[in-house]
This record gives sequence, C-alpha cells and structure tokens, in this order.
Amino acid sequence: MFVRKLVLAGVMTVLAGTSAMACGINARVSVVGNEFPAIQSVGAGAQECSGAEVTTNLTADHQKINVPGMQGNPAEYTSAIIANSSIVALMNEDVIRPLDDLVAKHGKDLKKNQLVTIDGKVMAVAFMANAQHLVYRADVLKQIGVEPPKTYEDMLAAAKMIRDKGIMANPVGGAYKAGWNLAQEFNNMFLGMGGSHFKSGSAQPNVNNEAGVKALTMMKSLSEYMNPDFLTHDSNATNAEFRAGNVAIMNMWGSRAATLVTADGVPQEVVDGFAIDGPMTAGGGAIPASTLWWDGWTVAKNISDAEAESTFIAMTHAIRPAILADSDVATQAVWLIDGYKPTPAAVGVFAAAEANTIPYPMLPYMGLLHTALGNELADFMQGKESAEQALADVEAAYVAAAKEKGFL
Amino acid sequence: MLLFIATPIVSVTVQSMFTPHEAVFLTVETCTPFKCTEETTIDQEATAALRAEQPLGRFVGLDIYLDRGHLAISEVGEAWASSQNWTEFLASLSNLPFYRAMSFTLVFIFTVTPMVIVLGLLIALAVNSIYARLRGVVIFFSLLPFVITPLIGALVLYWMIDSRGILGNLLQWMAGDPSLSLKASTGLMWVSLIVYGIWHAAPFAFVIFYAGLQTLPQDQMEAAQIDGASRLQRVRYVILPHLMPLVMFVTLIQLMDNFRVFEPIIGFNAEAHATSLSWAIFNDLGGETRQFSSAAATSVITIIGVAILLTPVLIRTWRDFRRKV
Amino acid sequence: MASRAQSLPKGLRIALTSFIVIWLIMAAFPFIWTLWGSFKVELDFFSIADWTNAITGARTEETHGSPFTGAGYHGAWVEEGFLRNVINTFIVCFFVVLTSLTIGTLGGYALSRSGYRYTFWLLIAALIFRAMPPITLVAGYMLPFFQWNVWGILPTTIIVLVAINQPFTLWMLHSFFQNIPKELDESAKVDGCTQFQAFRHVIIPVMWPGVITTGLFSFLLAYNDFAVTAMLLAEENRTMVPQVAAFLGSTYTEGNVMFAVASVVSATVPLFILVMVFQRQIVSGLTAGAVKG
Repeated sequence: MFVRKLVLAGVMTVLAGTSAMACGINARVSVVGNEFPAIQSVGAGAQECSGAEVTTNLTADHQKINVPGMQGNPAEYTSAIIANSSIVALMNEDVIRPLDDLVAKHGKDLKKNQLVTIDGKVMAVAFMANAQHLVYRADVLKQIGVEPPKTYEDMLAAAKMIRDKGIMANPVGGAYKAGWNLAQEFNNMFLGMGGSHFKSGSAQPNVNNEAGVKALTMMKSLSEYMNPDFLTHDSNATNAEFRAGNVAIMNMWGSRAATLVTADGVPQEVVDGFAIDGPMTAGGGAIPASTLWWDGWTVAKNISDAEAESTFIAMTHAIRPAILADSDVATQAVWLIDGYKPTPAAVGVFAAAEANTIPYPMLPYMGLLHTALGNELADFMQGKESAEQALADVEAAYVAAAKEKGFL
Repeated sequence: MLLFIATPIVSVTVQSMFTPHEAVFLTVETCTPFKCTEETTIDQEATAALRAEQPLGRFVGLDIYLDRGHLAISEVGEAWASSQNWTEFLASLSNLPFYRAMSFTLVFIFTVTPMVIVLGLLIALAVNSIYARLRGVVIFFSLLPFVITPLIGALVLYWMIDSRGILGNLLQWMAGDPSLSLKASTGLMWVSLIVYGIWHAAPFAFVIFYAGLQTLPQDQMEAAQIDGASRLQRVRYVILPHLMPLVMFVTLIQLMDNFRVFEPIIGFNAEAHATSLSWAIFNDLGGETRQFSSAAATSVITIIGVAILLTPVLIRTWRDFRRKV
Repeated sequence: MASRAQSLPKGLRIALTSFIVIWLIMAAFPFIWTLWGSFKVELDFFSIADWTNAITGARTEETHGSPFTGAGYHGAWVEEGFLRNVINTFIVCFFVVLTSLTIGTLGGYALSRSGYRYTFWLLIAALIFRAMPPITLVAGYMLPFFQWNVWGILPTTIIVLVAINQPFTLWMLHSFFQNIPKELDESAKVDGCTQFQAFRHVIIPVMWPGVITTGLFSFLLAYNDFAVTAMLLAEENRTMVPQVAAFLGSTYTEGNVMFAVASVVSATVPLFILVMVFQRQIVSGLTAGAVKG
C-alpha cells in the first residue's frame, strides 16, 4: 500500500511538473531540530525564504532545548523538528498548535499521509521515514552458502557458520550500547515476539512476561556473536566495525544505508559485498522485530498567528517536491514528500513498512519506559542477573518515574 | 553572583519536593504516515486547569528522595528482610540505581584521592631533585594531563584502551590473553576509570606540592641534616609537616571533584559498568521525557554528600581558622 | 637545590630518573599518539582491523596515496568552519578571565584589608558553589533564559561561567593579598596616598604572580567547560568542546570522527602554548601563597 501510494504520487508530480515557488514571509521563523544531513537540508530550505529573518539551531541536544525554548511566551522557537518518539514531550507540555487551518490555506503540496493527526487535529507534518533493518555482506553469505536471513534464528545460524568456518570471529553487529540504543534493540525484539509495552489503555508496564524474556534471551544469544565490547557500541561504532570488515550481518538504521560504505579507507570487498534487506522477524512472529519512525516538524503554540503562518510557509517550502531534484538531497533519507522515487538504499525501510512493522509507540509515558529499559537491561546482558529479574527491575524503575510524572 | 548560584540551589530544592500533576488521559485516534490507531494522549484542557490551580505541581515532600530511583527506603527494607546474609543483601542493594552509583563513586573517591596525593608528592620530590635545567621540560609535560579538557582527555584514553587500540593490545600481550577487553568487564572498567582519574589529577597535586617545596625553610633542612637525619627521615619530619596544609587543600578539592565524577563515565561509555550521581542527573535530564524532580532530588543528595565528605576537613580548617583569630 | 641534586647517591638518582621518565611517558604519550593518529583515516586511527595500522597507516595509504593525510583538519577547519568555534572559545575565555579577575582582585583586596577574617566563610561559599553539579545549575537556568530571550548567546554563558568560578577566584586572591604585608599600604598612606592610590601604586606592582595563577585557573575552567557551553549556546555560538562532541555524532547521524580527532588536537594546541608560556608563573604564583589558605 505504502509503496504503491508513493509511486502513484510520484507519477502525478511528474505530470504536474515542478513549479518553482518563491517563498515570501512576513514574520520571524526560528527552527530547532536534530543535526543529521536530511534535517540540515530542510533547515537550509526554510532559510531560502525572504521577507523576514529565518534562523535555525540544529543540534544533537535539540531534545533538551526544544521544550524550554517553546514554553516561553512568545516562544524562542517557532518550529521544532521532531520524531515520533520526541513529539510526545511537546504534546505533554502543550507547546505546539493544531495546523488544520494552515494546512487548508497553504498545504496543497502536502500529502494526506504526511499529516500526523491526533484526535482529528493535525499536530505535525512528517517528511521522512526510517526503520532498522538487515544490513549484510553478500559475499560472506555466499561463501557459506546461505540466503540473507529472514528471521533472527536464521541470523544466529548464519553467524555460527561464519564463525565456525573461521571467516570472522564476531560476525554479528548490533547497536547494544547501554542506554537508549540497548533499549531500542529490546523494543524491536519485544514487538517482534508479539509483546506490547503497556497493559491495554493504561500506563501500567507490561514487559515482564514471556515475550520480554524471549526477547532478552534472543538478544543474549546474538551478543555471543558480537564483539565483547558490545555494551559500549552505539550505531556509529557498529557501522565502523562493518566498514572494517569485522561484521557480516547486523540490524541497522535505514537512514545510514546510503552512506555506510562511502567513508575513506573502506576495503573494496566491504564496498562490493554491502547489501541491505527488510527487517527480520523473531520467534516465529509475523511482524518484523523492528519499529517504524517518522521525522516531521511542528509549529509552536505561544507565538503570534503571523509568525505561525510564516513558519508554516517556510517549512512547507523547505519540504516542497522540488528539493528532490537535487540528487544528494534525494538520497539523504526516505522522503515522504510527493514525487520521491525510492533509491536502492531505501529498500529496507520500504520493506519494513510493507511488512506492517509497528510504529514506535507515541505514548506520553513511552520515554520513561525507554529510559528504564536502557538503564536496567545491561546487568542481564552481562550475565549478572536473570531475564526475569532484569525485567522486574525495569518495571520497578519505570513505575517510580511514572509516579513522579503523574502518569500512575 | 549570589543570584546565579543561590537561586538555582533554592529552586532545585523546591523542585525536588514538587512533582507534575496527575495526568488526565484521553484515548484518541492518532494517524501517522504509516497507519491510524487508537492511542492515549494527555487531556490538555483538564491538565491546564490543574496547573492553573497549583502552578508548582503536587507537593510530595520527601517522596522523591525515598523512591526507588533515590534512597529506595522500602526496597532496601525488603532486601534486608528477605536476605539471608550480608552478601545477598549487598547484591540486592547494588541492583538499586542510587546504591549502584554510590558503590562506584565511593570506590573511585577512596582510591583516586590517596593515589593522587602519593603520586603527586613523589613526582614533586623527584622533580625537585633533578637538575634545574631539566625541570622546565618535565613540568611542562607533567602538567598536560591536568590542563587537558576532561572530556577530550577521557576520549583520547578511551580510544587507546579499545581491545584493538595500542594500550588494549599491549595489555592483551602482557596478560597473554588475546580476548581480554577492558570495556567488557566491570572490574577492568572500574580500574580504567580509576587510572584515568589518577592520570588526570596527579599533575594538579604535583604542581601544588612542587610550589610548596620551593618555600621549604632551608635552615630546618640543614638542621635536620646536621642532626644526622636520613633522607627518608627528612621527608617524614620536615617536608611532610611543611606540606600538610597543601595536602589538606588537595584532599578537599579532590574529594569534591571525585564525588561528582562524570566526564570519564561519558567519555569511556561506561554506563553499563559504572554510574555516579552526576551521571544519574544527566540521565534524568537526557531522556525523551525529562524527570526534573528526580534530577533535583539527586542534586540535593549530591550537595549533602559533598558536605558529609568534607566535614572532617572543614572542622580542621575551622580550628586552624579559630586559632589564627 | 642544584647542590642537593648533585649530592644524591647514584642508586637513588637512577631510581628517580627512571620514575620521572615513566611518568613523562604516561603523561605525554596519549597526546603524541593522538597527534600521530589525527593524520590517518578513521579505520586506521581506531585500528579496528589490525592495531599496527594505526602506526603504519595502511588504509590511509590506500585511500590518499600516503600514510599521512590532512583530511581531518581540512574537514574540520575548511568544510565545517572550526575557526568560528575557536574564536567563540577565545571570546568566552577572555571575558571570563577579565571579569573574574577584576571582581576577584578588587574584592579580594578589599576583603583582605577589611579587618574581619573572611577566609573561612569565603572558603565555605566557594566549596558550596563548586559542590553543585553544573548540569543541575544549567537545567535550572534554561527556562528563565529562554523567557528573557538571552539563551544561546555568548554573554549569558560568560556570566554563568563567571558566577560558578567567582567564589573560588575571590578566595584564592584574598589569600594571596593576605600574604602581602599590610605595612606596605600603610606606609603608602602615611606618605599621603588614599586607599585606592595605595592599591594602584603599591599593590598592583607586586600582585602579578597571584593574579596570573588565578587567571590561569579561570581560563582553564572556561576553556574546558562542557556542561554549561553545550546546553547554553546556540549552534552558531558553540565553543570548541561542544563542537568536538557534535563531530562525534549521535545515534541518528554518522559523526565525522576524524574531524573530531583533528579538532581535539587543534583544541589542545593553545593549552600547550599556555602551559609553555606560563609554567614558571604557575609555580611562582602558587609559591607566593595563593594556595596557603
């Protein structure tokens, strides 16, 4: 569905032709967001607008500054670029405004599925999608004579063969760094095993169960085939292992696929063998053990209507279909923009969307559970305690935090 | 000046006793680029009304201090009741975030501080006895680990102790174990952090002691020599007493800084093995949903902890001070 | 002291020399290693394939045709405009040092001459201020700074850094002035000088060692700060340390690690020069009593 819609939209854009739009605004625009290349392009796009000042503050610490920066009146930032995990913090503090009237007035280039609606109100405009999926070395898998794994069980079997044949000592890669990354890998595996983070309709945690234990057991088995330092490896370090030719199979972010082997000094066999595929399933489940993500922008509540309108115009201009004409920009992300034609690097994310991967939960208390998972699972991964104990610790840590925040 | 420090201290204390209001939830249809689902969100109107009534939030007294994330009174009680012996009790204690952080912090403080003083003193004595012409160069290189930005210093060492880094390889070769990795074992990670702590702070102690040695009263040294005191005795009975105020000063600074150990944990990616109170604050403020009350409570605990650690030193300073007056 | 050095027994001298040599290797080797590695590509520097690559630069040679490359420096300085961060750092350091020293010298002098013994209470204040984890201070500042519209600019950061550091500066300088005998300014006053003239003509000429030492400590604090600068500065006003952290990347984005390594080396150079120029003053300043309490 998802792919077909995109392709159809692409055809329509070609027919309509790209109209070069001028972007005129009359009030201040100020954007805060993360700093990866796709967002840099969006920020630069907003700054093309003339008539009033457009400033951007794109930094990895954006989550620490966007809430205070939008709480003042008038707010310092008129727009925050966020993802489905981080829009929740803005929603919880009620600092972003519904965009329905602005979409009706200026949003003719936006597609229906770009509009993130909550309770029937448009709260954000998404522009790119992301997911973690399989990245592998085709040459190594060919050498051991197996197909790219479709399940984590296949991945383990392939890893064993690679190690037994002495091709690589630690053929599996994974961003298992204690903290956010480790928790994210658990989320993937847990959802793939059929788990659900909360008891239906409440903020009560629901991870200390069979799915949770199975997810942890699988992660532990995978870690046997990882570099022993895996608890310090974030996605950057994991990619570095892949580039050095030490890793043959890993679960990696789709947004990294385009540039994974373009760095200086990557050996030729790694460049040639690099391949990607959709996310894997686990434990016989039908839904992939991964999560879907989107990135989008919002407009602040505590600003004048003129500033909100200018912000909307500038940000819409920044993600207009014409930006895809630049081939560098087109490969920076899996764009949700009208007219995007998937590049080879986008295959994994599209496969994830088609296989009904579950989107990362957009719940007010998900962030607290994510933090609790990140802090408490490392003990299990080091073999210091049982899976049940680790999951009980996670729930206890989450409950303490959720009580503090008034969620329980 | 007071405004900038006193106000935050007061506001942090206040914040640690208030928490956000009970959230009022609504279940609404949420549509993302992928699909539409029923999701829970916060009822902003109801929450706004609650906020208008009590802008500070709910008053919870010391609840935050006593919850699982901090002193964990009820969990400690349970562990005490259910444990058969001390080992079991300590094991369940180290499973609680606050006590896990404290166990590393205390080990760090009480190994790094004395080692820094001893090493600093040895370097100062050694440098003081080499040829004057060489001293400049030696002092220059000795000061580098201290002036280097802590985050950068930690990163540089972290890169070197990787199992494929030069120090990592050296250690593997010396231990005769090619699979040895400093980053994979809690014990070795603690050792690395402690070594970093000493490496970073020893030059500070050195330069203070070295400066102290320059004001060493020569007549006393000569008198001791004439009385037939050996080299060791001269160090013990003349040099050390002379340097004592400086030792106190270095101890004071070291206790305080080591209690707040933070940059090495971040630089070494050591979260899985070692945490500290400052790291806990950083972690509370760094998540998708920030826990201000929890961070505030940890900050107040940090200040109290520093106060407790410094009490013996401060009492001594107070006595000296009274004597001078 | 030289006479003492010559009078050392041979065994002890060998022991001392080897101790110093070992210490120097420990102190200096990480810097030399990083400097060497900064001219390599990432795969060599981290020697993920084989540790000897970090020395020989095998992958660097394959990519750039020589075992050394300035690519990291080119990236950091030319492509990413690291110069702007350097300038920001020096603006912050200059004003932090200037403000702390002005307040510190005048305040420290006044306190030391006022008759009361403030030492202990100053020390307590300095300790409380230092005990506070900077990260909590910063979290408390964020909201008001945004509301007053002063977040993200250099002056705000300068004021915060001065505030954190001031009690310590004041305490160090106060102790230092106490060691300058009061008879000096009293004799000046007998000669018909006012208190200020006494300060101007008598104290200023002899206070430099203490001021320089204190100034260096303030400088290091401002130069090395990460917690305050990372949270309070907007992207275009970043100083060097947060910029290095930004080069390292985050979960979402590939950092350019070699840019980070090159900027680490670049950020260390001014500290080298500083220590080289001022090491004599550091020692003599400390000797002159700044740390005697």
